[in-house]
Amino acid sequence: MPLPMTSNQVLDREFLEIRAKILDLAASFDRLDRADGSVVGDPRQSLVQEALSVLSSTQKDRAEQIQLLFSHHYEDDWQEKFNLPSAAKLRTRST
Amino acid sequence: MYYFDPHIHMVSRTTDDYEMLAKMGCVGLSEPAFWAGFDRGSAESFRDYFRQLTEVEPKRAAQYGIQHYTWLCINAKEAENVSLSREVIAIIPDFLDCHNVLGIGEIGLNKNTKNEAIIFTEHLELAVRYNQQILIHTPHLEDKYQGTRMILDMLCDDSRIDRGRVLVDHVEEHTVRHVLDEGFWAGMTLYPTTKCTPQRACDIIEMYGSERLMANSAGDWGPSKPTAIPDLILEMRRRGHPESLIRKIVYENPLEFFRQSQGFTFKSPDADDASTINDRTASEPK
Ligand SMILES: [Zn+2]
Repeated sequence: MPLPMTSNQVLDREFLEIRAKILDLAASFDRLDRADGSVVGDPRQSLVQEALSVLSSTQKDRAEQIQLLFSHHYEDDWQEKFNLPSAAKLRTRST
Repeated sequence: MYYFDPHIHMVSRTTDDYEMLAKMGCVGLSEPAFWAGFDRGSAESFRDYFRQLTEVEPKRAAQYGIQHYTWLCINAKEAENVSLSREVIAIIPDFLDCHNVLGIGEIGLNKNTKNEAIIFTEHLELAVRYNQQILIHTPHLEDKYQGTRMILDMLCDDSRIDRGRVLVDHVEEHTVRHVLDEGFWAGMTLYPTTKCTPQRACDIIEMYGSERLMANSAGDWGPSKPTAIPDLILEMRRRGHPESLIRKIVYENPLEFFRQSQGFTFKSPDADDASTINDRTASEPK
C-alpha cells in the first residue's frame, strides 16, 4: 500500500520535527558529558552508538533494525532449555 | 467516523473517559483482563474482577452508547505464581457464558520465563476446550521480540488452534511480519512511552497492508491515552489515505475478528433496532 505523499511533501511536513528530535538527542549527549562520572563501558552506550550508525545508513528498514538492536535474542531451542516439551509433544503424551 | 477500540482497560478509567470516547466516535470496545498494578491475593479477588468486567463495566459503557465486551484470564505478570494461576483458570469457565465475554485474554508472556510459558499453554488448553477466541499480550521493550517469537512457537505447535481466531497485540516494526505471516491477526498499541506512535502505526499499515491488522489504545492506569485511535485516524487523513482504508482498520477489521465469537452481538449504531451487525455488513456508516 503506497504512502499517498511524495518525498517532498513528507520532508516539508517533517523537517522541523526531525530537526527537533536530532536536537533533543544532541542535548542528551551533551548532558551525559556534563554530568560527573563516566558511562564508558556501559553496554547501553555502545547500543546507542550502534543505533546511531543504523540511523545514518541508507537501508530501508531502519526502524525494524533499531528495534532488533534493542531486543533480547530469540533462540528456537528455548523449550528444550526450559525443559518444556512443546505443546504438541505434551498432548501426545497425555493421549 | 465510528470506531471500535479492541483493547482498552476501562476499569482503570473514569466515567468521564467513557463520555470522551463516545464523543470521539467510539461505539464499542473490548477489555481484556490484565494486571491491576499490584499482585492480587487470591483467586476470589479474580472472581470479583471478572464480575466487574462482565456486570459493572457493560452498564457503565452503555450509559454513553458504547457496547462493552471482555476477555478473561490471569495475566502474564501474575502467571509467575503457578498455583494461583491454576486456581484462576479453574474459575474462568463459570464466566464464559456471560453475555459480553469474547474469549481468553490477554494471555502471553511478560519476562519470557518458564512459569509464564507453562501458564500460557494451560490457557491455550482452556481456550481449545471451550472453543474460545484468544487475545494475546506480547511483552514490552527488550523482551518483545523474543517473547513474541516464543508465543508464536507455542501457538503454532498446537494444530488445534484456529489462527484466524487469535489476535496478537502490541506488535511493532520487528514483530508484525512474524505474526501476520503465520496467519494470526495483529493489533498495534498506540501508547505514549513504551509502544507505537500513531505515525509509526500508519507506517506499518503502509508497509504491511490492512488485512488482519487493527489498532488499539490499551488505555489503562499507567501513562496512556484512551483516545489514541482518533489520533491514528487523524494521522491517516493527514497523509491522504482514503476513508475506506481508515474505516477498515479502526472499525471493520475489529468487527470481522470479533464476529467469530459467540458472545459478540454488536449492533451497528445506525442499524435498525431489530438487526445486528451480522446482517448489516454492507451498510456500515460512511
Ligand atoms: Zn492490555
